[in-house]
Amino acid sequence: MTEPVLLPTPRRLIDATIDGRNVRVPEGTTVLEACSEQGTEIPTLCYGDTLTPRNACRVCVVEVEGARTLAPACSRRLEPGMSVATDSERVRHGRKLVLELLGSSVDLSTTPGVAAWMERYGAEPERFGPRAAPAAMGVRDARRAGEHHPGDGTTAETVEQPPKVDNELYVRDYSKCITCYKCVDACGDQWQNTFAIGVAGRGFDARISTEHDVALPDSACVYCGNCVEVCPTGALSFTTEFEMRRAGTWKEEEQTQTTTVCTYCGVGCNVTLHVQENEIVKVTSPHDNPVTHGNLCIKGRFGFQHVQRRGND
Amino acid sequence: MDLRLLDEAPTIAERDAVDSFLGEPESGWDGGTRQDSHLRYARGGHAARDRRDLLLPALHAVNDRVGWISRGALNHICRRLTIPPAEAYAVASFYAMFALHERPRRVVHLCTDIACAAAGAGRLRDRLNERLGAAGSSDAGTTWHESPCLGLCERAPAALALQADAPARYAVAAPATPRALDALTESPADDDTTSGSTNGHGPRNGLTFHDRPLPGASAEPDPATAIPDAGSPDHVLLRRIGRIDPLSLDDYRAAGGYAALREALRLGPAGVIREVTDSGLVGRGGAAFPTGRKWNATAQQPVTPHYLVCNADESEPGTFKDRVLMEGDPFAVVEAMTIAGYAIGARTGYLYIRGEYPRALTHLENALVQARERGLLGPDVMGAGFAFDIEIRRGAGAYICGEETAIFGSIEGLRGEPRSKPPFPVEKGLFGRPTAVNNVETLVNVLPVLLMGGPAYAAQGTEGSTGTKLFCLSGGVRRPGLYEMPFGATLGDLVEAAGGMPEGRSIRAVLLGGAAGTFVRGDELDIPLTFEGARASGTSLGSGVVLVLDDTADLIATLVRVAAFFRDESCGQCVPCRVGTVRQEEALVRLRSGASPERELPLLREVGQAMRDASICGLGQTAWNAVESAVDRLGLFTDSTTTAPDARATTEEAR
Amino acid sequence: MRSDDFSAPYDRLTRPLVREDGVLRPASWDEALERAARGFRRGVERHGPNSFGLLSCARATNEMNFMAQKFARVVVGTNNVDSCNRTCHAPSVAGLAAAFGSGGGTSSYAEIEDTDLIVIWGGNPRFAHPIFFQHVLKGVRNGARLVVVDPRRTPTAEWADRWLGLNVGTDIPLAHAIGREILDAGLANTTFIERATTGLDEYRALVDPWTLSAAEAETGVPAEAIRELAHAYARAERAQLCWTLGITEHHNATDNVRSLINLSLLTGHVGRHGSGLNPLRGQNNVQGGGDMGAIPDRLAGFQDILDARVRAPFERAWGRPIQGRKGLNLTQMFEAMEEGELKTLYVIGENPVQSEPETHKTTSRLRALDHLVVQDIFLTRTAEFADVVLPASAAWCESDGTFTNSERRVQLVRKALEPPEGARDDIEIMCDLASRLGHAWERPTAEDIWDEVRSLSPMHRGMSYTRLAELQGIQWPCYSEDTLEPSYLHSRLWSKDPEERGAPAPFGIVGHSPPVDLLDEHYPFRLTTGRRLDDYNTGVQTRGFSSPMRRGELLDLSPEDAAKLGIGDGETVRVVSRRGSVLVPASITESMRPGLVFMTFHFPDQVDTQTLTIDATDPIAGTAEYKAAAVRIERVAAEPEDAHRKDGTPAAEATTGG
Repeated sequence: MTEPVLLPTPRRLIDATIDGRNVRVPEGTTVLEACSEQGTEIPTLCYGDTLTPRNACRVCVVEVEGARTLAPACSRRLEPGMSVATDSERVRHGRKLVLELLGSSVDLSTTPGVAAWMERYGAEPERFGPRAAPAAMGVRDARRAGEHHPGDGTTAETVEQPPKVDNELYVRDYSKCITCYKCVDACGDQWQNTFAIGVAGRGFDARISTEHDVALPDSACVYCGNCVEVCPTGALSFTTEFEMRRAGTWKEEEQTQTTTVCTYCGVGCNVTLHVQENEIVKVTSPHDNPVTHGNLCIKGRFGFQHVQRRGND
Repeated sequence: MDLRLLDEAPTIAERDAVDSFLGEPESGWDGGTRQDSHLRYARGGHAARDRRDLLLPALHAVNDRVGWISRGALNHICRRLTIPPAEAYAVASFYAMFALHERPRRVVHLCTDIACAAAGAGRLRDRLNERLGAAGSSDAGTTWHESPCLGLCERAPAALALQADAPARYAVAAPATPRALDALTESPADDDTTSGSTNGHGPRNGLTFHDRPLPGASAEPDPATAIPDAGSPDHVLLRRIGRIDPLSLDDYRAAGGYAALREALRLGPAGVIREVTDSGLVGRGGAAFPTGRKWNATAQQPVTPHYLVCNADESEPGTFKDRVLMEGDPFAVVEAMTIAGYAIGARTGYLYIRGEYPRALTHLENALVQARERGLLGPDVMGAGFAFDIEIRRGAGAYICGEETAIFGSIEGLRGEPRSKPPFPVEKGLFGRPTAVNNVETLVNVLPVLLMGGPAYAAQGTEGSTGTKLFCLSGGVRRPGLYEMPFGATLGDLVEAAGGMPEGRSIRAVLLGGAAGTFVRGDELDIPLTFEGARASGTSLGSGVVLVLDDTADLIATLVRVAAFFRDESCGQCVPCRVGTVRQEEALVRLRSGASPERELPLLREVGQAMRDASICGLGQTAWNAVESAVDRLGLFTDSTTTAPDARATTEEAR
Repeated sequence: MRSDDFSAPYDRLTRPLVREDGVLRPASWDEALERAARGFRRGVERHGPNSFGLLSCARATNEMNFMAQKFARVVVGTNNVDSCNRTCHAPSVAGLAAAFGSGGGTSSYAEIEDTDLIVIWGGNPRFAHPIFFQHVLKGVRNGARLVVVDPRRTPTAEWADRWLGLNVGTDIPLAHAIGREILDAGLANTTFIERATTGLDEYRALVDPWTLSAAEAETGVPAEAIRELAHAYARAERAQLCWTLGITEHHNATDNVRSLINLSLLTGHVGRHGSGLNPLRGQNNVQGGGDMGAIPDRLAGFQDILDARVRAPFERAWGRPIQGRKGLNLTQMFEAMEEGELKTLYVIGENPVQSEPETHKTTSRLRALDHLVVQDIFLTRTAEFADVVLPASAAWCESDGTFTNSERRVQLVRKALEPPEGARDDIEIMCDLASRLGHAWERPTAEDIWDEVRSLSPMHRGMSYTRLAELQGIQWPCYSEDTLEPSYLHSRLWSKDPEERGAPAPFGIVGHSPPVDLLDEHYPFRLTTGRRLDDYNTGVQTRGFSSPMRRGELLDLSPEDAAKLGIGDGETVRVVSRRGSVLVPASITESMRPGLVFMTFHFPDQVDTQTLTIDATDPIAGTAEYKAAAVRIERVAAEPEDAHRKDGTPAAEATTGG
């Protein structure tokens, strides 16, 4: 080695306070990172370990001393001398309401962790009234920005609608969508760069959509499943999982997860096979893997069936 | 980019609309005719993707020509600009003024916002319903929509008709009498001067709209009619309006125009910033941030280029001051932007104007053309070796785009979604570069600052609020309109200047600062209209809205309208605002139907607190302001005497 | 076992099969293994060890490949072992080894994200290596410029700042013209050239005729575009040059590779962080199969089999001498079958009937064998010719072991599933065969085998399973358990110290040789081949899942040609080469230019593309010229019912010659 290797400049350490405890972290550390370092749990929904924080869900809000509003822990960086409270009354109220607002408008039945948070913060989504009937297929997708019919307030409007099943590989059940943007970012410029979906419309009518709401096979989708990988609520799920859940045969506690290497091209993507009763039921990839960063292509994600066509001759 | 486009071609008109805006395609790869040489070599990549900021104007080009954006048209735009169709759709569907389904070429936007509602917009809505069918219906030759505030509050109720054509045409009816409205909806779509066909011409001379209004519609009154005391010697910002031809640069210069820029060039950028800092000028868009500090912070950033954004997306219900400035004194806006650009080291300024202001747009477009012709914009401004030019970006019906970071997304061709701060725009703003965002009124104040000198400017008004302020008076006062007053006058002074209340009417409430503002009671007219005075009274000046509701006003209906406004205008990004605005509206609708305040008010308060505390941007953070003040300040729902009679009846029936 | 529908998925093999009276019938494992072993034994006894050939599997683990080559070298005593890496990247290995002494890509995925210029030459990683392309796109998002050189304007090319659409098979003229321009413009890195290379003068003379205009005439790429690329590459602070099969599936593939490497030598874009050469491997363990010695001329660790000092430790460890000569590569094995010199063949997980060019030639050669044993998870077309078929497990999910990827990263493969009842692990089968052939191989675990590899291959020595798990893979070389080498190779070339610098990298003195299958008035179209996104190789694995994008085999052609020939989108046409013809639906696409057509190999049971391709091969690496056949296109619209035959017979027509 004769060329000098340029090392990244060591980051300055800064001192701040979280819940009254002093922390010393490298400059640029987020509140969430610092909290997880010191073992303080912060609920997150839209945060993705492979994605730039959108801080859209606001369930991770914390109170920064002197700030007018609460701050999202996932993206707010600690500053020297900053004093952060992660469990103040304001914080608890903010989180409770975020959970209630989501719980009253979205089907969170398959969102991991949310039930425990609801309990912790005393969230009661039902206090906004009985849920409105789900919209018919396509109705939400046809809504025009800046216009709505207010209804009579006797029911709480929701985002519920029938699941979109338009291909054999994965299902989009937008009744469960909290509009966290993760699928859009994973499909878009952060990883896949296919841009098959975007957030269309606005406000409560904002929804994940292909162009003109065309079915996936008509869209730019290349079925990499990277959107499914990052979906925090089960709004996107592999057809296998969707159907097994529907049939009541999805038994996550009985599944094993084994990380191996994809059988296709020479890139060497790590695939985690979720196996139930000796059948692969889902394929993911470790988010910290240096090759994939949690991403796969259609073959890695869905091309496993050939090994379990076990015939019957 | 490996775009996958739907298999639908643009019509000739759609293709022409896009291509006359963007210029002819470079090759077969971006929508032109395939030639042999294209099949051996292609450019693309970064350069192709860097044109994303032309998406919004390209969508306008199609919408202006055809009236809606078809799949084929969107395809063509995407191919030309290398934008994935799902992203273009995401952007197009964000804006209320774009249609993604076929509709009649003419669209009437009927304002049903607070001021217009108080002035009888409801009856006009019924009339349109009857004549054209439900809002959005395509059965007749004209379609219509209810609109949030059109910024014509001094002439409420208002309606704006837009007709796709080459070039597009418009007409305004304000006050919108039933007859004026009929003229907007019934006059022939075509007349002899425009073919309305697809082989028409693109915008002439860089102007977007046809120079004559839609046939049958009457011409708009002079911009100065919005200023009841036009010509007053006390006016500083409004002094030229009504005295000069807003389309004439010569007139503008004869009335003192461009003296401030000359002074700025003499002072140098640092000198300009010093004067602005010394003047104590603070932003007039609502946040009241010191302008000098903002400019200085931007100018100091080592990263280049720097950008200037003039926020002319005046959309706060009840606000029309920037419209009057742009319509009546457009060169002042151009000159002030040039000075700002000079001060902060920007070569490009973007003027982002809301889509509902066709006349202001036309006047500004004209001003840019003339300023360029005279070397007042361009590579060598005033021969001083300083390069600066202005690009106009037209909004398309989204209140949120006036938020100081959402405006960046909108200009960049993304959805108009606010960004988290930090980083602040002075560090990472438009295109991720240091950017100063200033409101129109703020910028126009820079002219007197330079002409008078900072300290002299600071001598006007109060210590905390220097200079003069424009107030938009609407609602029940005798003479609604735009008023310029030195800081220090009280609310009562202003109401008095507007002629007070008509005989027999009293003030029930005043909405200060627009939908994001607060209600004060009719007995609080001694509130001083300064930033510090308003703050001390638990309210804020906001953008200068003073909307007076008299004793006949239906306050609950007003609150429901405010709630509906926020629900419609939320970008949808964060949960507290996206869902909170819905739950707020639902609770208010229940209250209107007689639900128990004991049950609903705590719920509203909790939702409101979460929106204020946990929303990303000012929209969500202020969406509960008006409702809260109506409850706490006006005693609505808690004080039985204030509940409207019909609501009480319903409550009783419900029991 | 397999439906007659050409797109129906294969079922797993769960019982051994043996041929009796000309047909395959189920058999017990004992019977099948005995038959297989007997055939091998008899072959060696009658015709000597070099009448035996073994095709190992580029999709199986390093451990399996190590055992396979050990089987050939120890149990049989021959170096006739090879794999389908012959059909893709052997030329890359040969070219890189000739220049730098080692056959791996010199750079890493992470470095692609951290570079200034990325040149992708003869590859469509957007489809063929999607996750690698994500690293490219990270680089692009970080500001790197992307240039794509490819006859087609592929989805990869659509991302590029510049696309150069050269004629098929004119890579060397283009590379030479770039080299000439770099020299001419004084942009060569003279320090690096003087210090680390040899043969510049010869190279200068070699490229001298390739002026920009001469290159334009030959390649079809505008001179200005060539000049621009030359300057961009030479001026870039850091640059990555990546290629795939567009470079290597040619009759002069190794020369192609050398001509690209020359450019890196001219500019010093090798041996530094962010600058390097990246052949993108087509199969999960092509790199590893070669590294393990499952090739005729190298032992594990890519060590030269001709060197007695290299062989010695292996011979000591295995207790048996190793032939000090190169064995036959895959291509040579097939030729030797025709000559009658290769009599027995053991095929593990390969499907040469569908992956080799000129299908009918391959099948007649297989028929000529005395004894063919196929070990696979499916009854492939190749297995249908076997005397014994042994049902195996799927390496990637039913066994433990390691794979080595395109950036030389060795990664753990872990068993996630039990193989179907009746199927057995490859290594287990080989061990059983070895026992029956007199070598009492215990059944070692994957880790046991890996530790043996580590003991014999210095570049793998530091990679214990524990460490591979902890670090999520390690890039070779890794000489000891407490160190890691830089993520790029050949930094030695930059050293001021000649000792440390080692052998200089010679410029490759390689001339232009146009495609063997010439275009003429009868065969006016250039057929090139490649992969689509959702399918893979011969489709045996990918047809197992239902891709919404799959449209079956298609002939991509330009709108201009379609118009000229009067062909509509989706219309079935006949494609005729000098070797055969097929019927295939046409797909009109703007990515093609007149005179150029494209097909894949993914649906051989629907359309046997290999009927069309030529078996002209690279003399050095043995790779066939899949990328350049001469064809004509005939309308068949008048003939009814041909595209979608219901009887399931492949829509290939047996014609003899052109």
